[in-house]
Amino acid sequence: MSTTKKIAGAALVAALGVGTLSACGGGDAKDKPAGASDAPKSKTITLVSHDSFNVTDTVLKEFEQQSGYTVKVLKSGDAGAALNQEILTKGSPRGDVFFGVDNTLLSRALDNGIFTPYQAKGLDQVKPEFVLDQQHRVTPVDSGDICVNYDKAYFADKKIAPPQTLDDLTKPEYKNLLVTENAATSSPGLGFLLASVGKYGEDGWKDYWSKLKANGVEVVDGWEQAYNERFSGSAGGKKAKGDRPLVVSYASSPPVEVLYGEPQPAEAPTGVATGTCFRQVEFAGLLKGAKNEEGGKALIDFLVGKKFQEDMPLQMFVNPVIKDAKLPEVFTKHGVVVEKPETVAPDAIAKNRDQWVKAWSSLVVK
Amino acid sequence: MRDASPKAGGRATAVRFALMAVPLAFFGLFFAYPVAAIVGRGLKTDEGWQFGRIGEVLARPDIAGVLWFTTWQAFASTVLTLLVALPGAYVFARLEFPGKQLLRALVTVPFVLPTVVVGSAFLALVGRGGLLDELWGVRLDTTVWAILLAHVFFNYAVVVRTVGGLWAQLDPRQEEAARVLGAGRFAAWRRVTLPALGPAVAAASLMVFLFTFTSFGVVQILGGPSYSTLEVEVYRQTAQLLDLPTAAVLTMVQFAAVGLILAVHARTVRRREGALRLVDPAQTAHRPRGRSQRILLGGVLLSVALLIVAPLAVLVERSFDAPGGYGLGFYRALQDAGAGGGTFLVPPLEAIWNSLQYALAATAIALFVGGLAAAALTRRGGSFVRGFDALLMLPLGVSAVTVGFGFLITLDEPPLDLRTSWILVPLAQALVGVPFVVRTMLPVLRAVDGRLREAAAVLGASPLRAWREVDLPLVRRALLIAAGFAFAVSLGEFGATVFIARPDHPTLPVAVARLLGRAGEMNYGQAMALSTILMLVCAVSLLLLERLRPATTSGEF
Amino acid sequence: MTLLRLDGVSVRFGDRAVVDAVDLEVAEHEIVCVLGPSGSGKSTLLRVVAGLQPVSAGRVLLGDADQAAVPVHRRGVGLMFQDHQLFPHRDVGGNVAFGLRMRGASGGSSAARVEELLELVGLPGAGRRAVASLSGGEQQRVALARALAPSPRLLMLDEPLGQLDRGLRERLVVELRSLFSRLGTTVLAVTHDQGEAFALADRVVVMRDGRIAQAGTPLEVWQRPASEFVARFLGFENVVPATVSGGAAATPWGKVPVPAGAPEGERRLLIRPVGVRLEAAGTDGLSCEVASRTFRGTHVALLLRPGAGPVLEAECSLAGAPAVGDRVRVSFTPSEVVVLPDGP
Repeated sequence: MSTTKKIAGAALVAALGVGTLSACGGGDAKDKPAGASDAPKSKTITLVSHDSFNVTDTVLKEFEQQSGYTVKVLKSGDAGAALNQEILTKGSPRGDVFFGVDNTLLSRALDNGIFTPYQAKGLDQVKPEFVLDQQHRVTPVDSGDICVNYDKAYFADKKIAPPQTLDDLTKPEYKNLLVTENAATSSPGLGFLLASVGKYGEDGWKDYWSKLKANGVEVVDGWEQAYNERFSGSAGGKKAKGDRPLVVSYASSPPVEVLYGEPQPAEAPTGVATGTCFRQVEFAGLLKGAKNEEGGKALIDFLVGKKFQEDMPLQMFVNPVIKDAKLPEVFTKHGVVVEKPETVAPDAIAKNRDQWVKAWSSLVVK
Repeated sequence: MRDASPKAGGRATAVRFALMAVPLAFFGLFFAYPVAAIVGRGLKTDEGWQFGRIGEVLARPDIAGVLWFTTWQAFASTVLTLLVALPGAYVFARLEFPGKQLLRALVTVPFVLPTVVVGSAFLALVGRGGLLDELWGVRLDTTVWAILLAHVFFNYAVVVRTVGGLWAQLDPRQEEAARVLGAGRFAAWRRVTLPALGPAVAAASLMVFLFTFTSFGVVQILGGPSYSTLEVEVYRQTAQLLDLPTAAVLTMVQFAAVGLILAVHARTVRRREGALRLVDPAQTAHRPRGRSQRILLGGVLLSVALLIVAPLAVLVERSFDAPGGYGLGFYRALQDAGAGGGTFLVPPLEAIWNSLQYALAATAIALFVGGLAAAALTRRGGSFVRGFDALLMLPLGVSAVTVGFGFLITLDEPPLDLRTSWILVPLAQALVGVPFVVRTMLPVLRAVDGRLREAAAVLGASPLRAWREVDLPLVRRALLIAAGFAFAVSLGEFGATVFIARPDHPTLPVAVARLLGRAGEMNYGQAMALSTILMLVCAVSLLLLERLRPATTSGEF
Repeated sequence: MTLLRLDGVSVRFGDRAVVDAVDLEVAEHEIVCVLGPSGSGKSTLLRVVAGLQPVSAGRVLLGDADQAAVPVHRRGVGLMFQDHQLFPHRDVGGNVAFGLRMRGASGGSSAARVEELLELVGLPGAGRRAVASLSGGEQQRVALARALAPSPRLLMLDEPLGQLDRGLRERLVVELRSLFSRLGTTVLAVTHDQGEAFALADRVVVMRDGRIAQAGTPLEVWQRPASEFVARFLGFENVVPATVSGGAAATPWGKVPVPAGAPEGERRLLIRPVGVRLEAAGTDGLSCEVASRTFRGTHVALLLRPGAGPVLEAECSLAGAPAVGDRVRVSFTPSEVVVLPDGP
């Protein structure tokens, strides 16, 4: 198979080479290195992640200077798609480290054995409740809560108290106010479903959703539509004349509204119903078959290091997992601390996820 | 010409094979092989092939429902698009009016916009509080009408460009001959022009059908979760659930459906394709004459304004609607974005540059591969050629995620370890561009009078030279139209671009999607501003492309 | 009875008048040929009558009815296009039957009529042939059959024989003329070929720059061209300025006798080649050198270079034609001299 591949490849490269490659201009060869040409003793570390990964340039530069490595970041789709691509290329990965597998997908990653165990330096600083894999195939990097957000102005205007718990959402005063995402295609949508599973158990969640449906919950396909189109409290939603004052989003959304307000408002326009949250934890792992295993390890150490952990909140709007990380002021001032988020064990999620989503779809969507 | 000597015949076959070698290699390597590999991965386990899965999946009622919805909405969308866009094709081909070039570029803009953006703009038109709601209290969001109208919005340009391109070159005197023989305006059109346009209309319908059959973003955003197409299911099963067996079956179903569509298409167009009399388009267009033409022009302009310009205008409006009144606030914020650090955002100029580079590379590949294929297919041949013709269309009917994941597990060994190479992005985009090139050029190439080539040959031109001197000038316009399509498609391509891991060189659509994925007014506004820039880049590129068109002298035809 | 009348018809493209205040009448059963160089507006005139080209001014009347509000397909005229414009996606029969079907003929009756017409134009049984397989002459015949099929009250032909070879053209002109007189068809044709026009038409209309330069029977036009333009367009080259007085004209070639009653004053003078007589050597007359000699079948055409003035065309019989380089003397026959009416 590989011989045919080589022959076909060589023929094609020869055929296309003159016509096309030259047409693109050769000037960018340095910017756009082909991954395959990296020497075995490469000084390049390749980090594969999802689209939301982000880090401040100076923070990454500092790591590169101290370690002597160059970090290349590959982003390939949303969290689910990015992980699935790693599973497909198991044994011949595109990079050295994968970041972005969360607790809802963790079992799939571990069952497929795509990671090499590695105990990061600095793991002792990580809060123990986040360390879900005792073999250290994955290292926790960040956590975030998926919660119902509310439009403060709406509730002040109507002189009703905003909902605080999952139970509240089924009450008549909140009829036709909530918009959520499709659990089948959106990760906050799935998170909210899991919150209900965590709270009411495997037997009770369907009953809860029947009540939610009766109370007029609206389901749209993605977070962008729910938050930027339907929700009345967000900047986008206001322009799109959104009329739902309750939306399933993140606990970090209110600080982000403040941060990207122009001028920044003194107070966040939205609030968080802290009794409706599901906690998401994201992990990184060293890929099996990594070309630069040493570099990969160094990168994982960096990801749980204080510098990166304190940079994260304003780049990815998530919470650090280490004990002594300082949160930026906008988070402490406008964010909330979710004391008791709902959780579901990764094993249970792995086992029942498809079935729950299917049942949820036929109950709520169809 | 009908030299039947075996030597000459063998040589013609050899030439055809030589012309087809590159397109065949291209499709084999970057399409057939990856797709076969990912389907195989789904259906083959350690215990051998699991063909039983096919029956199991197909027996599921939800899958049957998806299949039914996919088919009928595609059919309805195609009919609706033709109804709305055929008058448009006429107006753009035959009438002169101020701002025509600009408008023609504008109707192509929807093609390049990421569906996230388009969906949001379209909601502003048909959704709650949208234009229709305010004017007439009509709300179409979450109804199937929103999906159908958005499909018209997307595919309008396909019909206007493919059909209009040929229409502009049809000799208007053919219709006049029918008129003098007693045919009314419409009868003359239906009996003379329509049959001549047949191949182009069929090609355009086919493309619209394929696009809507495989619709993804539009259905997700405007239809809400209760509407789902096959493409959405394939994406979900592959990217989200990693249920490769189900995805493989669905891919095969989609493949079979697309194959069926192509077969039907081949049957309908396989009729005498008489050599059409093509004339210089500049001579066929004129200012509107008479009341009916003015009404037609007015109607087309109104439909374009309502269906295409209005949603786009909403985007532009929102990009200027900065805090503290209308202004350039969001654009200024974009400019500062790169300086603030972080890998999340790139300065807009860099994103534009990235987009243009990818799009240019993809267009070059598509023109090269598609041009060779079209040249080979011009020489009419047996069923083999026809089969190849259809094969080129298949990439339009396969999910980006299928191809993208297929790349991952096939292009992983040197010299073809392209998984992290930048070239993979234009290659994937070219897969979608090639069918455009072939489809746009083939009807025109086949319409070229063969005697012109003979005349060139007698004057001492080699076949290659004859192609360059005779065919190429005649099809230059079609070529430019094709290039415009390929360029626009790659400029706005999102599905494959976002999947294919690449160094951090985000294109405009990717940058827009990233911004929209975050809360906050500045992010939303910047997304709108970047979308506006994307629209502008597309419109300007297309306008430039139209300017490139040399002033064809009537002597050329 | 007048079938077609154009009343001050003008067509302007921007500032340019392609047809300029044209008045024209065609009587029933008459064959009228509009003759003119390309760009003279003659094709536009046909398009105006068909309704394909709106007029800027003037009226078109068919059988005394103003056609301004009548759309193309209801005018009941036929038009044979210069390049035929056969429909490539229909076979020969389909093309011929087209006009019949537009008028609601049933399949059966139109089939018989199609066969009849194909026979009439000399292509019996060609109904199933593909248009692309026809030769130029055959296409011409099919186009004619198609135009004739719905029995139009006025048949218009745009350069009907333009693209055919000479022999075929001469034969077809005769065929057409006898066909039209047999059918009693009223015909308005345009052509740039005077031979064709004279052979086909009852009446010839010469056009120049959108205006009618002369109208009349072929004989009238031939004998009495109304202007230097018409004369030159008819192929006459011997046109010079002249001062006419007392039955003779002073020209660069010397004194030339003119017919009795010719207008006097500063004029232009046409001498038909037949009127240039070669005289026996030694007689007086204009002395010329023979510059070229062309055999024309029934006669020999000579190009003579006189001592003064432009070259002169002459004709002489086969016997005794001078050789190139010979010196000859010529005189002029008054009856072949025309004083052109339109001033100097």
